[in-house]
Amino acid sequence: MKREHTRSLTDYAPLVYPGLMLIIFFVVPFSTMIAVSFFQRDPAGFYKTAFVFDNYARFLSLFFGQVLGFSLLLSVLVALCCVTIAFPFTYLLVRQSRAIQTVWLVALLSVLSLSEVIIGFSWSTLLSRTAGISNLLVWLGLIDQPVALLPSFGAVLTGMVYQALPYSILVLYPALVRLDPTLVEAARTLGASPGRAFFNVVVPALRNTLVATIIMVFVFALGSYLLPQILGRPQHWTLSVLITDQAIYQSNMPFAAAMAVFLVLISLALVGLTLLVGRRESAA
Amino acid sequence: MSGLSIQGVTKQFADFKAVDEVSLSVPHGTFVCLLGPSGCGKTTLLRMIAGLEEPTAGAVMLDGDDITSVPTHKRNFGMVFQSLALFPHLSVGDNVSYALRIRGASRQEQKSRAEELLKLVHLPGFADRAVSKLSGGQRQRVAIARALALSPKLFLLDEPMSALDAKLRESMQVELRQLQQRLGITTIVVTHDQREAMTMADLVVVMDRGRIRQAAAPVDIYRKPADAFVADFIGSTNLLPVERDSAGRAAVLGTAIPGLTLPEGASKAFVSIRPEDVQLGPPQPGTIPGTVTFVRDLGGTIETFVEASGTKIVAVTTPRDRGEFAEGNAVGITLPPEACVVVKA
Repeated sequence: MKREHTRSLTDYAPLVYPGLMLIIFFVVPFSTMIAVSFFQRDPAGFYKTAFVFDNYARFLSLFFGQVLGFSLLLSVLVALCCVTIAFPFTYLLVRQSRAIQTVWLVALLSVLSLSEVIIGFSWSTLLSRTAGISNLLVWLGLIDQPVALLPSFGAVLTGMVYQALPYSILVLYPALVRLDPTLVEAARTLGASPGRAFFNVVVPALRNTLVATIIMVFVFALGSYLLPQILGRPQHWTLSVLITDQAIYQSNMPFAAAMAVFLVLISLALVGLTLLVGRRESAA
Repeated sequence: MSGLSIQGVTKQFADFKAVDEVSLSVPHGTFVCLLGPSGCGKTTLLRMIAGLEEPTAGAVMLDGDDITSVPTHKRNFGMVFQSLALFPHLSVGDNVSYALRIRGASRQEQKSRAEELLKLVHLPGFADRAVSKLSGGQRQRVAIARALALSPKLFLLDEPMSALDAKLRESMQVELRQLQQRLGITTIVVTHDQREAMTMADLVVVMDRGRIRQAAAPVDIYRKPADAFVADFIGSTNLLPVERDSAGRAAVLGTAIPGLTLPEGASKAFVSIRPEDVQLGPPQPGTIPGTVTFVRDLGGTIETFVEASGTKIVAVTTPRDRGEFAEGNAVGITLPPEACVVVKA
């Protein structure tokens, strides 16, 4: 059955407001950035209008390639860690009483109210030698000397997973609440242990939600530029850190814009690839 | 003993007792229907048999072994859920052979068993279809086939027909009964539909508020209800107060019913009589006098509503032996004593 289409201008009226917002807050700034990425830097001032590929050419070096690779790897790792922690956690959470669920969700939402700066400095204290959790391990007799756990890759990863985890749980929560609990029970009456039922039934039934969560955290982590600076060494800095550095400290807007455009294109390509692979698998 | 034996099983939830000291014996090959209004504990009892709920007290025994603490996945009971719970990401064939996959059967073995089971439920050649492409009745059959994949010791069904329309439900009831007879499998079905229970069961277990009110063959449940609740729940019935009159005879609404006896020592009780057993005639001595208040002619049957001393009595007749009664007629009601069942007040 095909729906009737009567096209008149008033039919599109509801689209005007969202369309306008999208143009003002997305299309205009993004187009400006693309335009600036072709401009030339003016050492005396800001930048001057031009159309050159210098900024992109400068980016195509081994150094920036490595930084890009590291940024992508870190973001993928953060996404995988988040889903690995958040999915079983949320699965167990929705089985608790309403009161327990509320307490957990409020606690998780309160984490969202913390700024990246606060999260960064809290973790840098927690992982420090003088006041950090290694002192706790010494007290427990697990290690001899308190050690500094930062700056390190692990510290960056921990901070970013901590920051993205509430988002992952909030995305997974509604899908898991809606999941028919009798699916797992049916698997169990058919001889599957609870763990087996989880991997055989719950994970495949929620595959699309899982992919969506991974993509969301991945994109979220790509944009993180404070935590790698607070918790990591310079070799742990992501492309976002370099973009900030170029844009704010080196006043090289055109180069920063070029890197940002490149990052957007690469992440779009990766997200597209993930969706494509997902679709092919579900068609098979 | 052989078969399933439930011994004093109780399930206490936070603030109420869903199942209250229920005991029941089910010999092998029996078709049992747990019947009762919603909230009577029948589903909780079934879930405890399946191992999905743990009893607060009591034991579930199978062939003499205590299986109360055996986890669900080690019991090998087939179960059909009210929601059917078919796995949406698997094809029909993979749904049916899921239990074999868990047991590590070869792909070939899974395929042939799935085809065999689908043939059993009249869905040959459906193995490669997606579950979402099936009709309600077909899903029902797939759920049944899946539950029977490992030839389970017990076949449990929780309100399996509730999602089907009335016509399909009736034919599925007959089909399920025939399947059970063919396989000889011990089957327990939870239902709130007394017609469904009467159609399928060898043993009907009527439950109310967590307790078993009566467990008997369908005909006995209908003809000899144990109490007022069962009489009222199974089909429609007239529940009339019966008293011992001055001469010591059992009297209904002031008229003695010869041949009817009250239990020893009781002076008051109720008598349950099915509408089709109530006889109407002209007012005569020895009959209960009443007035016709309404006649509902349904074509196949005629229901005559009579009021006698403030009590409503329904009589059902077929058009062939219809009495010519109209609203406002005075009638005499005869209650054949052999059709009257005295139940506790």
